[in-house]
Amino acid sequence: MTRIYIPLDMAAVAMGADRLAEAVASEAAARGHQIEIVRNGSRGMLWLEPLIEVETPAGRVGYGPARVKDVAALFDAGFLTGGAHPLNIGVVDEHPWMTRQNRVTFVRCGVIDPLSVAEYEAHGGFKGLKRAFELGAPAIIEEVTKSGLRGRGGAGFPTGIKWKTVADAPADRRYVVVNADEGDSGTFADRMIMEGDPLSLIEGMIICGYAIKGSKGYVYLRSEYPVVAKVFQAAIEKAREAGWLGRNIQGSGFDFDVELRIGAGAYVCGEETSLLESLEGKRGIVRAKPPLPAHVGLFGKPTVVNNVLSMATIPMILEKGAQHYADLGVGRSRGTMPLQIAGNVKYGGLFETDFGIPLGVIVNDIAGGTRSGRPVKAVQVGGPLGAYVPVSLFDLPFDYEAFAAKDSLIGHGGLVVFDDTIDMLWMARFGMEFCAIESCGKCTPCRIGSTRGVETIDKIRNGQDVEKNIELLKDLCHTMKFGSLCALGGFAPYPVESALRHFPEDFRKPALEAAE
Amino acid sequence: MAGAAPYSDERAREIIAAHMGLEGPALPILHALQDEFGFVPESAVREMANALNISRAEMHGVVTFYHDFHSAPHGRHVLKICRAESCQSMGAEKQANEFLARHKLEWGQTTPDGSLTVEPVYCLGLCAHSPSALYDGEPIGMVDATTLDEIVEEASGK
Repeated sequence: MTRIYIPLDMAAVAMGADRLAEAVASEAAARGHQIEIVRNGSRGMLWLEPLIEVETPAGRVGYGPARVKDVAALFDAGFLTGGAHPLNIGVVDEHPWMTRQNRVTFVRCGVIDPLSVAEYEAHGGFKGLKRAFELGAPAIIEEVTKSGLRGRGGAGFPTGIKWKTVADAPADRRYVVVNADEGDSGTFADRMIMEGDPLSLIEGMIICGYAIKGSKGYVYLRSEYPVVAKVFQAAIEKAREAGWLGRNIQGSGFDFDVELRIGAGAYVCGEETSLLESLEGKRGIVRAKPPLPAHVGLFGKPTVVNNVLSMATIPMILEKGAQHYADLGVGRSRGTMPLQIAGNVKYGGLFETDFGIPLGVIVNDIAGGTRSGRPVKAVQVGGPLGAYVPVSLFDLPFDYEAFAAKDSLIGHGGLVVFDDTIDMLWMARFGMEFCAIESCGKCTPCRIGSTRGVETIDKIRNGQDVEKNIELLKDLCHTMKFGSLCALGGFAPYPVESALRHFPEDFRKPALEAAE
Repeated sequence: MAGAAPYSDERAREIIAAHMGLEGPALPILHALQDEFGFVPESAVREMANALNISRAEMHGVVTFYHDFHSAPHGRHVLKICRAESCQSMGAEKQANEFLARHKLEWGQTTPDGSLTVEPVYCLGLCAHSPSALYDGEPIGMVDATTLDEIVEEASGK
């Protein structure tokens, strides 16, 4: 019996993984080979998807990107024993993309069967929770604080401090909420962990619940991720069957359960207070802070709202201890960051590494430059609310503070690369248009400012009072940045301002309209 | 979409009742109603307002806030084309505009035979395979003009 891995990851499915798995199964049956197909998560080498892996005595040998039309040839080449074929990439664990990484959060992603509790445990799963049960609540929070883990959703707030605030807030009920509304373009790390290692997220939530004395956890997942919804729901059920969710978890006396909730296409619901409103069944309108969700959160109760990656990293911190995690990274950015490399790149995918790696190394070296073969013009870091970074800043190290010092942000760790054909005025306009579409409408700078932004950029585009309107646009950005209630209106100016700052020539092309 | 059941208040009430044990049941109910009927009819909104003991205006506000819920039936199939930054870096905007023009459609519109509704979507998390799309919930990476045209044809043939 040969074990074969074909990812169930949504990106792999988008490139034909489901059809490939069927074709491999039927070809094996026709040829009389005994095989077992495991649907794993993705290894993160997304340009190779769908990547077939075959278990051999030398290790797991990869073949990718494999299409249905390649299946017969793969069998002919003896791929079941790691045979030579143009798609053979060698032993996956020895691939440079893998050996250059430091996988902490993603250590099991793509390696194990994501829906097997036994495999999860065999790869270190639930060790963190077992230690957490021994430590007790105050010591868990102490560990998380000492690890230096900061919220991976974008704001980078220290996770331990958030947990302590919730634990100390007097209440009869407390909630654990995971923000899986990963709406930023160029990001897919939450999606990959929920498909490739969903039990790590569940384990993190149980630890959090135990630490803050909460018994219910919600995962708010965006509706644009239908594959994740299926996989994660199945993972919840597997965990429950195995006694890791529900009453008296593994005889600890602690009750905890997780419920998956699906969003409905509103980007702003990735903002934590809007997400809570949505979970409560209301319009996803942002709440004014204070009070913080840690004091008055879901249904008015103290609530931890954490990003998927932060929560999925918790088990490892508890398993190996705070110091192990704190030893990674630079300055105040401790640990690792799962980079998501996307857009116009040769090698797109997930690359987890210690903080501090220079941006240029990521783009030119790891991502291999553009897929189009043209020169890089800009990289948008941190999603639609992130700044466009020019090539001249490619020595910038990837950490929270270094980016903040250049009026940029690392956000959720997504990088979208653009070649020299991109028009930055158009991208600035799109940034404002997106904000106008997705604004919840509660505060004026965001609701009205974004629409006025689109109009002003259109005037610049038409060559109308260009310098005057650029000044007006800058003023508008300032108002939105400092007058908006949440990060949507507050950060929407980042792409616009950075485009103006680094690519002024794109805003001064009066001939643009005439040429179209 | 093709299997959408005809609307009845009775069935809507059943669906609503099945979710009333949840905390904050509105979104799960709306998803269930739309899965069943293909859209969220006005009368279902009334039934929800009654069950949740809130005003119809408030309920209407919830339904209309979210891009996913629609008050009229869609085409039998739905194609969502990503317009977000990563897809734009691979020419998605131009490709989508040309596609819409070719089929005389605008965003959100349905083909005249009622077979396909085309909507924009802002990121499917398939950003290493831009441009991307979602056809009846099936993800498609590195989508090109030929694939898009084939989808229109396939949708109309069913």
